[in-house]
Amino acid sequence: MTSEQISTLFGLMLEYTVPTMKIFGFTLLYSIPLGMVVALLKMCKFKPVSWLTNVYILIMRGTPLLLQLIVAQYSVPYIIKSDICPDFLRNMLSGVDIRNESYTFNMMLFAFVLNYAAYFAEIFRGGIESIPKGQYEAAGALGFNKVQTFFRIILPQVVQGVLPASSNEIITLVKDTSLASAIPYMEIMYIAKKQVPTYASLLPLFMAGLFYFVFASLLTVLLSAVERCFTHTWKRNIKHIARRLFKRGNA
Amino acid sequence: MAMLEVKNLSKSFGKLHVLKDISFNVEKGEVVAVIGPSGSGKSTMLRCINQLEKASGGTINVCGTDMITYNEKGRMIYANAKTLREIRLKTGLVFQNFNLFPHMSVLQNITEAPKVVLKMNRKVASEKAMELLKKMGLEMKADFFPSELSGGQQQRVSIARALALEPEILFFDEPTSALDPELTGEILKVIKHLAADGMTMVIVTHEMSFARDVADKVIFMEDGYIVEEGAPKQLFGESASDRVKQFLQRFNN
Repeated sequence: MTSEQISTLFGLMLEYTVPTMKIFGFTLLYSIPLGMVVALLKMCKFKPVSWLTNVYILIMRGTPLLLQLIVAQYSVPYIIKSDICPDFLRNMLSGVDIRNESYTFNMMLFAFVLNYAAYFAEIFRGGIESIPKGQYEAAGALGFNKVQTFFRIILPQVVQGVLPASSNEIITLVKDTSLASAIPYMEIMYIAKKQVPTYASLLPLFMAGLFYFVFASLLTVLLSAVERCFTHTWKRNIKHIARRLFKRGNA
Repeated sequence: MAMLEVKNLSKSFGKLHVLKDISFNVEKGEVVAVIGPSGSGKSTMLRCINQLEKASGGTINVCGTDMITYNEKGRMIYANAKTLREIRLKTGLVFQNFNLFPHMSVLQNITEAPKVVLKMNRKVASEKAMELLKKMGLEMKADFFPSELSGGQQQRVSIARALALEPEILFFDEPTSALDPELTGEILKVIKHLAADGMTMVIVTHEMSFARDVADKVIFMEDGYIVEEGAPKQLFGESASDRVKQFLQRFNN
């Protein structure tokens, strides 16, 4: 391969990192809040809600993400044709234009978000349930109301507690975005695979691998920095720096 | 005026009757020690007074405000949320296992409630917290986190945290049970100082000598009832009932 070919290839690959990042970003954007909601639903004291949530989580975690992506992509026409499809759902779905460009992306995102929300939900539930009852009682005895207790006492501890497990999920998602190539959706994995016969070289795959590696490594560094923000030393340092700045501002 | 009036208080968890008939008063500046065997309902009683549990019957009156009233049909009615909140601010509770907020520094632990609940200015709250820490001998630990402190220091922070809201009456739920004998001494000293300052306190404790020395009144509870109530001299003396004597025997030897 000439160096010119390599640079063209590299440019092409770089271009297709954008759709990959798009899947990654949007999935996180929606699945983390949804995961919180699902976690709360699972902890709901009204049992049917908790059971239904459990079924959802069981299905999402019990079947391959690849299968979910494909089902989401191709199921709409079948659902509309099905005899058992309720009318309201049929009316809703018949408005969907499956030839629309954004349809592929939206259905894919739908599957990614539902899948990741299930995993995040379990992490968040674990985080919330790990907070000792005494924390709620201490807050209550000090006169905090329920909202204040949740946001000032419980949530900061939950965030700190769920960070390591969430980081793990986030880094897994970087690599899971490559499953979109099977739909097919044009992202970096798809392009890399397509370029292999064209160039008769493994270089495209190597470049794609390098991209995932760099992206995941950067995230690892970033996420461990975020985790460090919750250590005592760091919190103390920030306070001292703030205090010093404030004093200088006064003088 | 009594700071606390408890009348015929009862509490059941399903079929388990933990409190059967509890009545007692606490006057201003009085230090009341509550003793008795484990499972006698001492902690549950404190938890009912501090609104961590809902009572099943009886009345509780804190500083002249009724927490529980009854309608003409005899149905129990809890005071509205606003009144309950007002009562809550008049009472402070110190827990057996401290329950400090681990994500906050010592100073924040103390200033958080005044800031959030009383809407106190940050600077005023900090100054007050530092004053309390000085009283507890912990002014050097303001920027530390609870996990960096010993048990005794943690408990002193939690006492400061409760005092920051300036409660009329302070409750202690076995404040030294999670501490070794040396650290226990630290806490008892703090409580003694508070007593000397005229703080009204109700202390559930297994420290018998402390109850005898510091309390103005001792309550002996068993099986959801108050078996005996009186001055330490009476309960720890010859005139005590046989059951109290039997309970205290191991301590006296």
